[in-house]
Amino acid sequence: MFLIYCPYCEELREEPEFHAKGQAHIARPQDPEACSDEEWGDYLFFRDNPRGIHHELWVHAIGCRKFFNITRNTVSYEILETYKMGEQPTITAESLSRDDKTADGVQVADGGQQTVGASDSAVNFVRGAKV
Amino acid sequence: MTRNAQQSNRLTQGGRIDRSRPLSFTFNGQTYQGHAGDTLASALLANGVDVVNRSFKYSLPRGIVAAGAEEPNAVVQLGASEASQVPNVRATQQALYEGLVARSTNGWPSVQRDLMGVVGKLGGKLMPPGFYYKTFMAPASLWMTYEKYIRKSAGLGRSSTESDPDIYDHQHRHCDVLVIGAGPAGLVAALAASRSGARVILCDEQEEPGGSLLASRELVDDEPAEKWLSAVMAELSELANVTVLPRTTANGYHDHNFVTLHERRTDHLGGTAPRVDGLRQSRGRMHHVRAGRVILATGAHERPLVYAANDVPGNLLAGAVSTYIRRYGVMPGQKLVLSTSNDHAYRAALDWAEQGKGAGREVVAIVDARANPQGDLVAQVRRLGIRVITGSAVIEAKGTNRVTAARVAKIDLEGFRVTGPVEELSCDTIASSGGYSPVIHLASHTGARPNWNDRILGFVPSLVKGVSAAGGASGTYPLPEVLAEGREAGLQAASSCGFEAANIELPQVDALSEGEACALYQVPHEKTALRAPKQFVDLQNDVTAAGIEIATREGFESIEHVKRYTAMGFGTDQGKLGNINGMAIAARCLKRTIPEVGTTVFRPNYTPVTFGAIAGRHCKALFDPERYTALHHWHVERGAEFEVVGQWMRPWYYPLQRSGGGERESMSEAVARECRAVREKVGILDATTLGKIDIQGADAREFLARIYTNKWEKLAVGKCRYGLMCKDDGMVTDDGVTACLAENHFVMTTTTGGAAAILEWLELWHQTEWPELDVSFTSVTDHWATMTITGPESRRLLAEICDIDLDRDSFKFMDWREGRVADVPARVFRISFTGELTYEINVQAHFAMHVWKTLFSHGEKYGLTPYGTETMHVLRAEKGFIIVGQDTDGSVTPEDLGMQWCVGYDKPFPWIGKRALTRSDTRRENRKQLVGLKPKDPAVVLQEGAQIVFDPKAPIPMPMVGHVTSSYYSPILEAGFALAVVKGGQKRMGETVYLPMADGTTHEAEIVGPIFVDPKGERQNV
Repeated sequence: MFLIYCPYCEELREEPEFHAKGQAHIARPQDPEACSDEEWGDYLFFRDNPRGIHHELWVHAIGCRKFFNITRNTVSYEILETYKMGEQPTITAESLSRDDKTADGVQVADGGQQTVGASDSAVNFVRGAKV
Repeated sequence: MTRNAQQSNRLTQGGRIDRSRPLSFTFNGQTYQGHAGDTLASALLANGVDVVNRSFKYSLPRGIVAAGAEEPNAVVQLGASEASQVPNVRATQQALYEGLVARSTNGWPSVQRDLMGVVGKLGGKLMPPGFYYKTFMAPASLWMTYEKYIRKSAGLGRSSTESDPDIYDHQHRHCDVLVIGAGPAGLVAALAASRSGARVILCDEQEEPGGSLLASRELVDDEPAEKWLSAVMAELSELANVTVLPRTTANGYHDHNFVTLHERRTDHLGGTAPRVDGLRQSRGRMHHVRAGRVILATGAHERPLVYAANDVPGNLLAGAVSTYIRRYGVMPGQKLVLSTSNDHAYRAALDWAEQGKGAGREVVAIVDARANPQGDLVAQVRRLGIRVITGSAVIEAKGTNRVTAARVAKIDLEGFRVTGPVEELSCDTIASSGGYSPVIHLASHTGARPNWNDRILGFVPSLVKGVSAAGGASGTYPLPEVLAEGREAGLQAASSCGFEAANIELPQVDALSEGEACALYQVPHEKTALRAPKQFVDLQNDVTAAGIEIATREGFESIEHVKRYTAMGFGTDQGKLGNINGMAIAARCLKRTIPEVGTTVFRPNYTPVTFGAIAGRHCKALFDPERYTALHHWHVERGAEFEVVGQWMRPWYYPLQRSGGGERESMSEAVARECRAVREKVGILDATTLGKIDIQGADAREFLARIYTNKWEKLAVGKCRYGLMCKDDGMVTDDGVTACLAENHFVMTTTTGGAAAILEWLELWHQTEWPELDVSFTSVTDHWATMTITGPESRRLLAEICDIDLDRDSFKFMDWREGRVADVPARVFRISFTGELTYEINVQAHFAMHVWKTLFSHGEKYGLTPYGTETMHVLRAEKGFIIVGQDTDGSVTPEDLGMQWCVGYDKPFPWIGKRALTRSDTRRENRKQLVGLKPKDPAVVLQEGAQIVFDPKAPIPMPMVGHVTSSYYSPILEAGFALAVVKGGQKRMGETVYLPMADGTTHEAEIVGPIFVDPKGERQNV
């Protein structure tokens, strides 16, 4: 069961307070009528399923009812950061592959050792982002 | 009745049992005596009970092997009464109490004389690994028959057929440091962390804390280890920041340092929880712990050696022998042969020799696989004059219901073969040790793959963030090092939680010099594994070395495949004893190393957990929350039957008492009466449960236009409109009426079950796509009570208690008005879900009962009749009004429902669902469309869900073209009628369709329009 930092409530809360809503940053096409059937189908149904860093949309359903984003390692289930709607992630698969793989305490999925739990750095990062 | 009270294997002194408190218990119908402090296993051994079970597949006699959670054989069914039955209890973990009743899990008619054993012996050679797959899988149609007999012969314990008399509960806990295991490492870790100021939870699965110290030969500060243990426990129990949980198993390690602890609060006291001051105690408790840091001090399990007939009762783990002698004062036999690969196991021989002296018990020999064992313990043994046979191993046990001899021979470890002549040593007990395996199960739950360590010949846990391992759990066995590691883990955990590390002095423990162990798992035999007597790897699932060899030969190279093919580790013990041996054997067969073969994954739970503890208080009335409307009490008094909708308790129908004191009306009678009352006079429904969402903001109207399929820009204040909601895939997801309360203020109604999901849906679009819109949403479902009065007399009834002008021209259909009803403020909506003249009266919930009763005090002369959800369904279906989720299923568009009138294709904003409605698939002809069905036989009420075909003579499988979505008997039509979806149905009016039923009959029905009553909608407009 995850421990999730709600960027609006600014607290770590238990997972049952939240609902997962799928992949984050999927914008609805501005002009749906201009989309082909295939493009519209892609928007509706096709989602990434990465091994490693994933950005997800969650809602603090039994809390502030706010939607927000989570950057999560789908291998270790570590939550690396949470950020508000309209903001962009500071940790991405690209940013991690550029840096040292274990920098900032984040292990990128490489089929080896796996991690679980919010690391110090992840928690501090989120807390740091607040202040 | 006590036929065997002498406890022939009980030592006259020693152990942690209380000899002044004898306890009697029953095992397989026979009464025995034990002592307070015994486990069921130690008491059985004390009484010389050799056979405690029959094996799962071959039905061979089995005895106690271990002394803890890893026990594979002594799995019993517990319970003196039917209600208190508990399956799957390990006798080694069950404290003895007065009157305990236990039975073997397997074995019929008894474990001593087992019918299946004959089958096992005869059929043993005929039951290779994969036997079930190979033999019983074809033809597939017969599997059900096979399964019945396989299940019957494979006893797995049984659950009670009666209600559990006990209660269980859950507790949520938070701590800085959770220490799992109260052996030496865990105790020091807890002490170090708590003295540093951290909030600590220390849990241990055993009856008392102490772990290996409870049976340790080591002196701590020159005293028996128990003394130091008591002092530490005394300090920990004094500390306010420490919670000690005995008899508590950490059974699952979940994400983000969430650990579930299963506390058995009263299992050591009796078969059901005793009452305290007349109050029931919770028998088991599940602690949901969120820990800052976790320290795994879970110790290590000894590995048995795999030799021929190693399953005969009397074959024990060396460490278990020591535990039974030192902790329970039980000597599990007379003559011991010890077979070992390491120094550690010599303790068993020393304990046996020291405690058995003078009792006619002896150590026949120690058989050591190493050529030249050296070390302090070896020297001690030699000083006692015990024979040590080097470079050799016990290759086979002799005996049937008890070991009678050990066959010993020189072996070549590298060449995996017997090299010398076989010597047969007469004995009744063989203790074996192939070293220790750290208990990595909890670390494994986190997804971390363990790493092989060549020095300790075992897997050590690879650790995720926030967790550390200390002592045996990390492969560290010498006591001084264990203590030091515990201190380090405790201090580090505390300091990483922000506490300053305290100064902890460790007690003085002399380090023993131990020789290097050798790698020995399966012991070679003169014959090949396939021809030698069975060498068991997994005793609980009867997996043999030969079975693993065959599996690898048949091409199962991945250890996960070997596991599934042989069922190794699939028992309730999850292969705690056998898995590493199994991997080692697979590695040898595949000519790989153990780390190359890898390990299987352990999953929660570590040991079986009772369903009671999992459920906690979430059972019976508390299984799921129930929601009541403000009028619930009235419905109960009126004798309503209820149905659960979402979590709401809604009146289903109100059966009347027949005059003359007979039975109450049946459901169909009540529903017919309620339907007629509405169509002919006036009925009343408690519609409070419909979801109500208050929507406000300058852009509220724009938002509605985007979220609904139809138009909203012109809806005037005082007006209501029905709306249809799609997802962006164009499929209908909800419907309801929304009223314009003011220019920037609306109230939306949703289906009862969809209220929460629709609120989240609105928030999703507002927050993620259109945050620029000025709009906000609030659930007001519980704030307003809704009372629907409907029927031709509803206007006259309402007029008596209402100050609103109800004239048909000033308060039209689909208008709403604010006013006073029964002298309280009310919103009255003239909308209709029955097709009759209807007023929905909304008042603040706390006024509801007053208004409801006032309506009834005025309503009698109009025949006011309460009706429930069943009548509501019949009436709405007669009108062809859909229920989203019943008549739709996520694949139905507004046009499939024939509701084009509710779709604003020309609205300016591309509203949710619009684009998808022009996809090729949604434009397809021949989609399933909503129609009415009129059974040819009016007495027939079609089954909801019944499949529809065009040609009943078509060969099976017939092409199915739709199904019945709603079906009722209409007292108005005096006939059954139905709503259905049928391929191309809207163009098939008047055609006949067929509904073949499971019983072989076929119903005929005519496709008609979905509106059965008042097709022009005149009655609601009067």
